[in-house]
Amino acid sequence: MAAVLLSFLVAPIVMIVIVSFWGATEYSIYPAFQFDNYEFLFGSSVTYRVFLNTFKYALITWAFTLVIGFTVAYYLAFEIRSLKWQIALFLLCTIPFWTSNIIRMISWIPFLGRNGLANSTLISWGVIDEPLEWLLFSDFSVILAFVHLYTLFMVVPIFNTMMRIDRALIEAARDQGASAWQSLTHVIIPLCKPGIMIGTIFVTTLVMGDFITVRFMSGSQRANVGRLISNDINLLQYPSASATAVVLLITVLIVIGLLLRLVDIRKEL
Amino acid sequence: MEKRSRSFYLLSAFFGLFVLFLYGPILTIGILSFQGPEGGLTFPMRGASLYWFYDLFEEQAVGDIWGSFRRSLALGLMVMVTTVVVSVLGGLAFRKKFAGSSLLFYLCIASLVIPSILISLGVGLIFNQIGLPVHWASSGFGSQLTWTLPFGLLIMFAVFNRFDKSYEEAARDQGATAWQTFAHVVLPIIAPSLIGVALFGFTLSYDEFARTLLTAGSYNTLPLEIFGMTTNVTTPVIFALGTLTTVFSFCIIGVFFLAVWLFSRRKDHSSDAGQGMV
Repeated sequence: MAAVLLSFLVAPIVMIVIVSFWGATEYSIYPAFQFDNYEFLFGSSVTYRVFLNTFKYALITWAFTLVIGFTVAYYLAFEIRSLKWQIALFLLCTIPFWTSNIIRMISWIPFLGRNGLANSTLISWGVIDEPLEWLLFSDFSVILAFVHLYTLFMVVPIFNTMMRIDRALIEAARDQGASAWQSLTHVIIPLCKPGIMIGTIFVTTLVMGDFITVRFMSGSQRANVGRLISNDINLLQYPSASATAVVLLITVLIVIGLLLRLVDIRKEL
Repeated sequence: MEKRSRSFYLLSAFFGLFVLFLYGPILTIGILSFQGPEGGLTFPMRGASLYWFYDLFEEQAVGDIWGSFRRSLALGLMVMVTTVVVSVLGGLAFRKKFAGSSLLFYLCIASLVIPSILISLGVGLIFNQIGLPVHWASSGFGSQLTWTLPFGLLIMFAVFNRFDKSYEEAARDQGATAWQTFAHVVLPIIAPSLIGVALFGFTLSYDEFARTLLTAGSYNTLPLEIFGMTTNVTTPVIFALGTLTTVFSFCIIGVFFLAVWLFSRRKDHSSDAGQGMV
């Protein structure tokens, strides 16, 4: 266990940090200790734009997955009364998680394309006259795919904490005259915080580290940090890819550090 | 049946939409994969046929679908076995505090949340610099473990947190050795959750993309192959492939659920496999 993590988690990261100081020619990389890569990275306005874009994706996706995930988890935990149905519906939500992400991305294309289902339906209803161009290969489709892929990471932890809320607490709230809305905001949401936090950590880190969804759903027209890295890799510019990776890693760790301040994961399992 | 409030129906509708949102696109490509031979990547359907499925079995202009499928399958099984064994051992070890246990725990969490492209890049670089060839069964295998192991371990934590220690004590009082206690008491109790861990290990590996990208070497796994196809194949053959692998995934999930169900039926007490998944 420790060995695997050491050789395939710690070592690679150390390696990335080392290589991020190396130099590169067009064909090869050579060991060195220089800050060129970082200088270039921080000197370029593209970097800031791309990082900003990454945060934007993470934030919007987070907001959507939180609302959808919370609602779904609430429905499963409180509105469904029998355990058998709860498990069945829960599994119904989890099954797509076990199928291929790539396929799930591809499957949006016939849906959103210029002659896709969404456009032709809207046209036949008379809502629009011309196909909407922004449905596919845009920020919209990227975020749609993120929400589609990652909402589950929100549903599962929130559902988990909800199932452990003592039902007597909610009854108590009702007995004291709280409306359904009040018991939701004053009892359920505070008690779900750990689940919400874990879901948040998952969603933000997955979105921030992603490159394939962005590349695919934007038709290579949008960028986030992951794509910056993968572009460098394609050009064999490993040192500059590593430098970007280090910055990304630090950013992600800061975000997680902030979130972890708010919850102790280990206690919540 | 008691009367339900209006919010129940509203939320049911919402849930229905959510499920549609989850499954709708997959169904679309499922339908589109039966396009007639002249059909394109979107609707309308031009006839219905199995043409593209046949086409899948023919020689392809690009790539080696069946080879990559076999590799993905083999890799998935390797990752599955390793994940199950290591996470059980890890779960057992973590029941007691040991030196470095919390460090190791945070490493696991870190491993889950670190962007997967970093693992891919780092492992690729190491193999590159040492001079080892990257291969799906060595570097690819290792980088996938950084994703499946923490999942498995977290599930085992959840299981052992709910585990009643008095069963073990009872076994020990009756004179069972440590191994007998494990094999005859602990293992049967956690078995349904182990099936869950196995399912995670296999499917996560089978579908893994980013971590394998730079570590698979010259032989692609299936997700890499599919991704390659998306950039240069413009016929519904890709939908046919997508449908087939999705059906395959569903079959695997079905097999695992069947196993859980059989296990929990054999025993009297109810299974906690559902909770174990979390």
